[in-house]
Amino acid sequence: MADKVLMKGNEAIAEAAIMAGCKFYFGYPITPQTEVAAYMAKRMPKIGGTFLQAESEIAAINMCIGVASTGKRVMTSSSSPGISLKEEGISYMAGCDLPALIVNVERGGPGLGGIQPSQSDYFQATRGGGHGDYHLFVVAPASVQEMVSLTAHAFNVAEKYRVPAMLLADGTLGQMMEPVSIEGITVEDHDKSWALTGTDCKRKHNIINSLSLLPEELEQWNLERYKRYEKIEENEPMWEEYMMDDADVCVVAFGIASRVSRNAIKAARAQGIKVGMIRPITLWPFPKKPLLAAADKVKSFVTVELNMGQMVEDVELATRCKRPILMANRVGGCIPTPEQVLAQIVEANKLGGAQ
Amino acid sequence: MAQTGMLFAGFGGQGILFSGKFCAYDGLISDKQVSWLPSYGPEMRGGTASCSVVFSDEIIGSPIVTNPDILVVMNLPSLDKYEPTVVPGGKIFYDSTLISRPIARTDVQAFGVPATKLAADNGMPTLANMILVGKMIKETGIISTENIGKIIEKIVSARHQDLKDLNAKAIQMGFDYAE
Repeated sequence: MADKVLMKGNEAIAEAAIMAGCKFYFGYPITPQTEVAAYMAKRMPKIGGTFLQAESEIAAINMCIGVASTGKRVMTSSSSPGISLKEEGISYMAGCDLPALIVNVERGGPGLGGIQPSQSDYFQATRGGGHGDYHLFVVAPASVQEMVSLTAHAFNVAEKYRVPAMLLADGTLGQMMEPVSIEGITVEDHDKSWALTGTDCKRKHNIINSLSLLPEELEQWNLERYKRYEKIEENEPMWEEYMMDDADVCVVAFGIASRVSRNAIKAARAQGIKVGMIRPITLWPFPKKPLLAAADKVKSFVTVELNMGQMVEDVELATRCKRPILMANRVGGCIPTPEQVLAQIVEANKLGGAQ
Repeated sequence: MAQTGMLFAGFGGQGILFSGKFCAYDGLISDKQVSWLPSYGPEMRGGTASCSVVFSDEIIGSPIVTNPDILVVMNLPSLDKYEPTVVPGGKIFYDSTLISRPIARTDVQAFGVPATKLAADNGMPTLANMILVGKMIKETGIISTENIGKIIEKIVSARHQDLKDLNAKAIQMGFDYAE
């Protein structure tokens, strides 16, 4: 096992990306993710890679489109307002079927918002974010170690299905340090015959393009893309179950909210309340199966979110509203306390007695 | 000990984040579960700074310390803000050069060290934070004294090798300090 080091979440993402074979990074500074760019600026020249601070977020994402078109691994990172700026380019990337990694270390919004942690870009991340019918593969780490493993995983999945991927974190996870080992990173080898690598006059040239003025052709592109999305929904959902074996109440939380929830679950268990947690690790595809299965076993759910109630809609859909769902949330850069979550668990335990 | 929450707070520039980082490295060396979370808001740009450190035997839930077992404070606004949050039976370490009022809580143990004065008198004006950390190590045992040298090796950057001995000296000074 590799030696553990103390690293900030933001730095761990950057190092993991490099270890996963990403040699191109384009970005623009914004709190609370600037350490990603700072780390890349330091490391990329040493490994023969490219770090470029673009003139804007929009320029950075379009530089990513350029590199992705050649089949090379490429990444950009930003925080909420900066991601909104990138959305046009992300939609083009999806329309061109290009793999790339976009990191969003969220902060409070809307607008310029604040700089403290948030999960209020959930809708934006899981519904595509830009215009048109598309999805990103979205992973939500809950520890610095997971920032390593999921960064690497996101690159592999993006290439496997030719879709852009997003790593959705928040200011807390980006800024905190935990012991981490940069290991267990595998670089999968996926078909790149579509890439623009030069024909040497030996093959027909490839075209990377999202424009078609023929409705039937554009429809076919969409339908083909959704067949890949179907496979992603079938093969790629990830989640963690915590104390769910005998649970009467199921907490659903991702990222930093799941860490706070762990404290609350321990406190509730100490009071004799049977509560567990399903932690979505992929936000798209959402882990629908375990939630639907839980709906047949538990009497109620509690979602914990740093937004006004975004993931709760996916929990309602996944559980088909079979059980009541409460929410513990804070917004604007505030984080729910374990006590606030515990209070909702206690309430939820009084609900939905009929099994 | 199942879990210990530590909170470090003071003015930006006093080495608050470094104090926390020093402790976090003990977790790394001892293979304990540990998390370190800094304040990164506007307060870092010229106001109060703080950081949370959690040590645990098991996987750490929230890295945010709202009720510290150990509070290390280096200015009055931080003491005013965080004194009420310390768990009953907890320990407060404060820089008595900069904080002249006594600790109001009677259900906690308080240790005042004139760290800023000691640091200035001994030609290490930037290391008051480490003097206070030394006292904290002495009174809590949270960090094994055997690890102090190893932590300094890891945490003091290569450019500042000359600061290794001074850091060790500052910690020892706090460790040995008696009122």
